[in-house]
Amino acid sequence: MIAPQIRVRVRDVEEVARRVKRFRLEPADGGALPAFSGGAHVTVSMPAGGARPLKNPYSLTGAPGETAFYEIGVEKVEGGRGGSAFMHEAVRPGTELFIAPPANLFPLVARARKHLFVAGGIGITPFLAMAAQAAARGDRFELHYAARTSDDCAFADLLMQRYGGAVHFYHSDRGARLDLAALVAHQPLGTHLYVCGPERLITATLDAGRCAGWPEQHLHAEHFASPPSGDPFDIRIAGSDRIVPVAADQSMLEALEAAGLAPRYLCRGGACGECETAVVACDGTLEHHDHFLSDADKAAGKKVMICISRLKGREVTLVV
Amino acid sequence: MLTSTNKSRPVYPGLAPRPFAQRHLIAAEGEGAAAVAELVAAGAADFAAKASILYTAGASAPSDPAGRLGALGADSLATFPSIETLLFRLDAMLATAGMGTALYVTGTEGFIGRVIALAAGHGIDHLTIAAEHRGSLARRVQCVHCKGFTENVTTSVVACSHCALPLTVRDHYSRRLGAFQGVCVNAEDPSEAPVAEEVFR
Ligand SMILES: Cc1cc2nc3c(=O)[nH]c(=O)nc-3n(C[C@H](O)[C@H](O)[C@H](O)COP(=O)(O)OP(=O)(O)OC[C@H]3O[C@@H](n4cnc5c(N)ncnc54)[C@H](O)[C@@H]3O)c2cc1C
Repeated sequence: MIAPQIRVRVRDVEEVARRVKRFRLEPADGGALPAFSGGAHVTVSMPAGGARPLKNPYSLTGAPGETAFYEIGVEKVEGGRGGSAFMHEAVRPGTELFIAPPANLFPLVARARKHLFVAGGIGITPFLAMAAQAAARGDRFELHYAARTSDDCAFADLLMQRYGGAVHFYHSDRGARLDLAALVAHQPLGTHLYVCGPERLITATLDAGRCAGWPEQHLHAEHFASPPSGDPFDIRIAGSDRIVPVAADQSMLEALEAAGLAPRYLCRGGACGECETAVVACDGTLEHHDHFLSDADKAAGKKVMICISRLKGREVTLVV
Repeated sequence: MLTSTNKSRPVYPGLAPRPFAQRHLIAAEGEGAAAVAELVAAGAADFAAKASILYTAGASAPSDPAGRLGALGADSLATFPSIETLLFRLDAMLATAGMGTALYVTGTEGFIGRVIALAAGHGIDHLTIAAEHRGSLARRVQCVHCKGFTENVTTSVVACSHCALPLTVRDHYSRRLGAFQGVCVNAEDPSEAPVAEEVFR
């Protein structure tokens, strides 16, 4: 399913931390945007990187229920394919962009007795909307937000103002460490934990929960994964003679899109499973980077998430 | 009946110790006592010392005649005269328990359903609750017409204990209510006399 794209116009751009900008997007054709829930993201198509548009997912940071405009917060990262640099350098008030409608892979659990949010760096973005939704519902929540310095701590003032004592900041330059073991040790039964941030923080947080006897069903993570680069290779489309080349800094999904095909996708970050594709033959080794397939599936090599995984080798034959 | 293809019909994978749990909270009814003994035996050496057992003989007959539960060495063991009194105490314990507390339930399906429904009210995902069916297959049934509950139903058809309509007991199960659905069997023709068969022994 490829949902129709929505044309939006940038209303304003604001620097909210060192290297982080907030963009307000309003519908270019007037009217209202689709409603969303806390934790949702939109996929922004950017005419960056030359011929092929780049599509990056960004979490919605505004309050759920606000449909006059969307807000996203984007951190500028060095290297890579340059999507975030494009947002920072080329996008200004008035710029028009296309976005895919919101999808949510990180929703609040409706029956939770308490929500425990753990954010690292730019991983704060989904929690802005989740906290707003929890507060609006009268749910109990706490937000624990780690950042390198107070200059890197985007949205800190806004969070303090809105939620005061429910928000706890940890700045590593001041030696304030988030003690995860202590945090998960004393939470009421029925608490759900949500973590978003660098991989190391996600792993450490989930491990702390598991070691304290938390069941998997109460542990939730969002990975801001993006397709890693590698060596170029070819995709052969099963049942045809068609060959689609994949460049070093391109994902298989991007290569197929550039070739005019429209595979299904939702998160473009290896989390949702929407772009799962059957592998018929493989000359080389699949490099799985997703968080969706089981280890057994990865080892079997019959399926691959084309948004984020690659081939190390010559050619892979896919059912597209 | 246990081979139903109805998707709402719950399955109970059985009790197994949850690794890393800080506390074990065990609710048992009737013949579930035997499952508790097996659970404690399967647990690590410190399992019993971290365990609280709540037990009621319930409606399904044999209590714990050998007093096996008392011999398990649990941190605490409380015995209740009825399912209601047990649930009242369990509710209070869940209200003050911390994450890292594992919840186990064993006994008849009606009992299991009521414990899971109670736990859901405390934000506990039902998939995290270890459940094992022991004892009678008797069902807790909600009449779709008057909404009254009839406990310990072993037959289909059964008379609703509130409105007296003859009910067919369906496999459709509500996790929120912890009950199966009972639907009037002769709604079309009330003169038709339904036969009750014992199916949930
Ligand atoms: C569900 C979801 C939600 C997200 N929400 C947000 C959000 O709210 N805010 C936000 O800022 N981001 C978010 N992201 C991440 C975002 O989509 C992009 O991945 C990010 O902005 C970087 O994109 P990019 O095109 O600039 O770089 P990418 O090409 O995607 O590169 C990303 C990283 O890989 C490294 N890298 C990749 N290729 C190379 C190479 N050839 N050489 C050197 N380094 C390389 C880069 O240094 C960089 O650190 C989200 C991701 C997902 C999956």
